Amino acid sequence: MTNLLIIAVSAALVNNVVLSQFLGLCPFLGVSKKTETAAGMGAAVTFVLTISSFITSIIYNQVLVRFHIEYLNTIVFILVIAALVQFVEMFLKKSIPSLYKSLGVYLPLITTNCAVLGVALINVQKGYTILESVVNGLFTSIGFLIAIVIMAGLREKIEGNDIPESFKGMPIVLITAGLMSIAFFGFAGLV
Amino acid sequence: MNKYLERLYNGIIKENPTFVLILGMCPTLAVTTSAINGAGMGLTTTAVLIMSNLIISLLRKIIPERVRVPAYIVIVASLVTVVQFLLEGFVPSLNESLGIYIPLIVVNCIILGRAESYASKNPPVLSAFDGLGMGLGFTVALTLLGAFRELIGAGTIFDMQLLPASYEPVTIMILAPGAFFVLACLIAVQNRLKRKKGIKPGAGCSKEGCAGCVNTLCGGRHLMEAQAVADAVLKNKEESRA
Repeated sequence: MTNLLIIAVSAALVNNVVLSQFLGLCPFLGVSKKTETAAGMGAAVTFVLTISSFITSIIYNQVLVRFHIEYLNTIVFILVIAALVQFVEMFLKKSIPSLYKSLGVYLPLITTNCAVLGVALINVQKGYTILESVVNGLFTSIGFLIAIVIMAGLREKIEGNDIPESFKGMPIVLITAGLMSIAFFGFAGLV
Repeated sequence: MNKYLERLYNGIIKENPTFVLILGMCPTLAVTTSAINGAGMGLTTTAVLIMSNLIISLLRKIIPERVRVPAYIVIVASLVTVVQFLLEGFVPSLNESLGIYIPLIVVNCIILGRAESYASKNPPVLSAFDGLGMGLGFTVALTLLGAFRELIGAGTIFDMQLLPASYEPVTIMILAPGAFFVLACLIAVQNRLKRKKGIKPGAGCSKEGCAGCVNTLCGGRHLMEAQAVADAVLKNKEESRA
C-alpha cells in the first residue's frame, strides 16, 4: 500500500509528466488557452492513459515476457496505443454518447501524445506490476491535468498584461511553464 | 548547387528543424542538459532518420496510401529498436543518460514529418541525404543548446572547465525549468528576427507565434489541431448558451 502511495505521489507531483519530463508538451501548449478546454483535455488524457497503462502492462507481462521478446516493446506499444485510442473512440461513440460528447474531440489528439508511450515505457523500465502500472498511469495523467489546468488559469490572467513584443504568444507561455516547473521542485522532498 | 549538397544545406541552415521549424521539442528540452547528451541524442536521431528516409523512399510505391502512417511507424519503431540495441552494446553510458528518450525517438515529429513530406515523394538517395541534412541540423542545434545550458549551469562544455572556478554555476539552467527558459528565449529571438524582416509574428501560421508555425510538418499540425479543437469547443459552448 505505501508502495502504491509513493508511486502515486511521485508520478503526479514530484516527477510531473509535463513540467519535469517534457512529455505531452504539444497538448499542454496547444489546449491551455481556457480552463474549460484544458480540463476537458486533462480528463481525456486521464481516461486514455489509465486504460493504456493497463493494456500495455498486461501485454508486456503476459505475452512479451512469456515468449522472451521483450525487445519488441517499443513496436508493440505504439501499435497497441494507436489501435486502443481508435477503439476507445468508437466504443464511447456507440455506448456512452454523453461521455463521448465531452471527451470525444480530444481523443484523436492523444494518439500521438508522447506521454502515452512514455508512461508505458516507464512502467516497463521500472518493472512495475500490473496494479502498479495502472496506479502510475492514473496519477501521471492526474499530474498532467493539474499542470494544464493551472497553466490555463495563468494564461487567462497573462492575456491582459504588458509583455515585450517579442515575448508575446508562445515565449511567455514557456516562461510561465518554467516558473511552474520551479514551483513543482517544492514537492521534491515528499518522496 | 549540387542537389545532394542542397539537401544538406537545407537541413542544417535553411530549414533547421530546431531553430527554424521548432520541431521535435520534447527530446530537445529533455536531453540538452549537457553538450555531450545533446550531441549523442542528435547523432542517434540522425542515424534513424537516414535509414527511415531511405527505406520509406524505397517502399514508397509499395505502401498503400491509406495505411502509410502505421507502416511508417512500424519501420521507424524497428529502426529505433535496432539503434537502442547498438547503443546498449557499444555506448552504455550514453544509453543510460538518455534513457527513455531513445525509444521515444519513434514519436519524434521530425522523423514522421520528413517521411510524409519528403521521403514518400522523392528517390532513395536524395531522401537519405535529406535525412542526413535534417539529422545534422538537429545535432548541431542540440549540441549548441546543450553547450549553452552546460556553460551557464555548470561552467563547463563537454566536461571541460571553461569558466573560472570563482564562477557560481546557475544550476537551474541544467534542470527542467532552464529548458523552458532557453526555448522561450529562442522563440522570442526568432519572433524578433521575423519582425525585423517585416514578417508579422503569426503570418502564415497559427496566431500563437511560432511554435505553431510548421505548416505541413506534423509537430506544428498537432499543435494547431489542438488549438483548433479547443477553439471549436468554446464556440459550441457559447452558442449553446446563447
